Amino acid sequence: MTFDLETAAAPQGLRRVAIDPVSRVEGHGKVTILLDEQRRVQQVRLHIVEFRGFEKFIEGRPYWEVPVMVQRLCGICPVSHHLAASKAMDRVLGAHPVTRSADKIRRLMHYGQVMQSHALHFFHLASPDLLFGFDSEVNLRNIVGVARAHPDIAKKGVLLRKFGQEVIRVTAGKRVHGTGSVPGGMNKHVSRADRDMLRRDVDQMLEWAQDAVDIARQLHAQNPAMYDSFGAFRSNMLSLVRSDGAMDLYDGVLRARDATGKIILDGASDQSYLDLIEEEVRPWTYMKFPHLRSLGRDTGWYRVGPLARVQNCDFIPSPLAEARRQEFLAWGKGEPVQATLGYHWARMIEALHTVEVIRDLLDDHDILEGDLMASGVRRGEGVGVIEAPRGTLIHHYRVGADDLVTMCNLIVSTTHNNQAMNEAVRAVARQYLDGNELTEGLLNHIEVAIRAYDPCLSCATHALGRMPLDVALLGPEGELIDHVLKSQNGELVRDRAAPVGLAP
Amino acid sequence: MTAPLLVFGWGNPSRGDDALGPMFVEQLRARVADGCSGRVEFLDDFQLQVEHALDLAGRERVLFVDTSLNGAAPFEVTALQPARDASFTTHAMSPESVMQVFRDLHHAEPPPCTLLAIRGHHFELGEHPGAPALAHLAAAVAWGLRWVACGEPAHRAATLSETAGG
Repeated sequence: MTFDLETAAAPQGLRRVAIDPVSRVEGHGKVTILLDEQRRVQQVRLHIVEFRGFEKFIEGRPYWEVPVMVQRLCGICPVSHHLAASKAMDRVLGAHPVTRSADKIRRLMHYGQVMQSHALHFFHLASPDLLFGFDSEVNLRNIVGVARAHPDIAKKGVLLRKFGQEVIRVTAGKRVHGTGSVPGGMNKHVSRADRDMLRRDVDQMLEWAQDAVDIARQLHAQNPAMYDSFGAFRSNMLSLVRSDGAMDLYDGVLRARDATGKIILDGASDQSYLDLIEEEVRPWTYMKFPHLRSLGRDTGWYRVGPLARVQNCDFIPSPLAEARRQEFLAWGKGEPVQATLGYHWARMIEALHTVEVIRDLLDDHDILEGDLMASGVRRGEGVGVIEAPRGTLIHHYRVGADDLVTMCNLIVSTTHNNQAMNEAVRAVARQYLDGNELTEGLLNHIEVAIRAYDPCLSCATHALGRMPLDVALLGPEGELIDHVLKSQNGELVRDRAAPVGLAP
Repeated sequence: MTAPLLVFGWGNPSRGDDALGPMFVEQLRARVADGCSGRVEFLDDFQLQVEHALDLAGRERVLFVDTSLNGAAPFEVTALQPARDASFTTHAMSPESVMQVFRDLHHAEPPPCTLLAIRGHHFELGEHPGAPALAHLAAAVAWGLRWVACGEPAHRAATLSETAGG
């Protein structure tokens, strides 16, 4: 069985539209769309670069280097890798649980990371779409009032992110390549001076985070038909939750709900993820497709990230965010919210929660003093699972008696969302591309759907010279009909002489 | 007090030639005379992000440094103007877009910014920079010393028309 629109019944003789969002050093992320003679969508596939080679990069290294080295896998969420690796190595050393102080300082670091990542995404990536529309006049009219009401949105976004970065710096030790978390615990407390510095600003951050949730909610209310239908599809959802069902982004047990909201998996230890999740390889992409073993590939795939977490948990253990979560749940009228653009609203609810947690932790004496390191009987193998900004992140290691890593397996958030992102792009293609000419606005609809998930594109290389969008249109005989390059400033350049570089 | 000059390099130290940006910062910092260390601030990161717009405030001049995939060897120098990004991911920003964020935040023009793009060739994870890239880096650092131009009047600093180790 194949998924609808994943594979055309007769791909020969179809036009191909290839949307290549990035020309990367080590591979490509692109969308291919096959059209028939009537320009109806026959096949849609999203190709995203896998974390190829990363496991080999780690294997053979001493275990104590790993929490620092893995930060080089991703320049946008290095703290998530830092902490997931630390948690796995805690298990390797038998140093589980870590001390109360280490747990709280790590949590402070992690919630700072999620906060700054969410702020960046909403204020500087999603807000141009959400506040200025894609190509809809109706949407533009509806949101103009929201934009006028928030003229300083860019400034708030930068300062929220900066605050989160400062939380990371005072806990991880450095602005980049932090070393604060180590196998078995932490190597430093938060200083009183740093704690006081963060305390001075946290109430302002709390106010801005509440504003951000309100903006996201208002945008949905302004155009509910569009927000509910854009890239929407039904899916299972997976995340960590605390053992009592509360939202917990740092640690917990695995829970999954089906598309109706019914719990299909709960209380599962993160150490047994391999018993729960299977990764399927498909020949047309490097990225694997994870699914729940119990349900199989066709019905067992799921979404991760803010949309899943906000609805998977029973409650958010901070009052302001929980109140906003109840508003979000009410939007679904008894059913889980499945809208792709719901990610933005859910993301801001989480951002508010992270600021509440940070505020509470700054008042906790344990971050200033107390034991930092735990110890135990070495086991040689461990799994660390954490809720990274984009979703569930799994690190799994085996370490030999010589202290060198012998096995490393990573499942990153973007891999969990692989099937879901494909579904989102197909939904948009069905809705907006069928029977239409390729226009910048139509291409942007697809990018908007991808942006909602903010996929990680093996991003740790950023050399100058890439083109963010490459679109080629091929006719039934494979002839090049059109080729559009979209520069990073949004300018479209048609260049039929440029190499197309299409994969099969 | 904010140093009037900022040198900001970015890249991943574990991805072959992508390390040139941070290495440039490290080497230039080591070679800038002690007497002018207060005039120059050196920063590096994995990539540019919005908060780096805050690092532009109060500067006379800014030098951005990155590896180039397809520029001229050993390096190219370009004067930058603010511009908005049209990217679909949060995973990278251009220096022009960082300047645009500065403009949005402060409702003022950013300081003069220059891009130093050092040509690289290989970007595999876990690899060290290659010999050609290191030669390009050496030429770029020599140019960078003149850009810093410690103690010299601004008009004697390296000009934007200067290229390729000149």
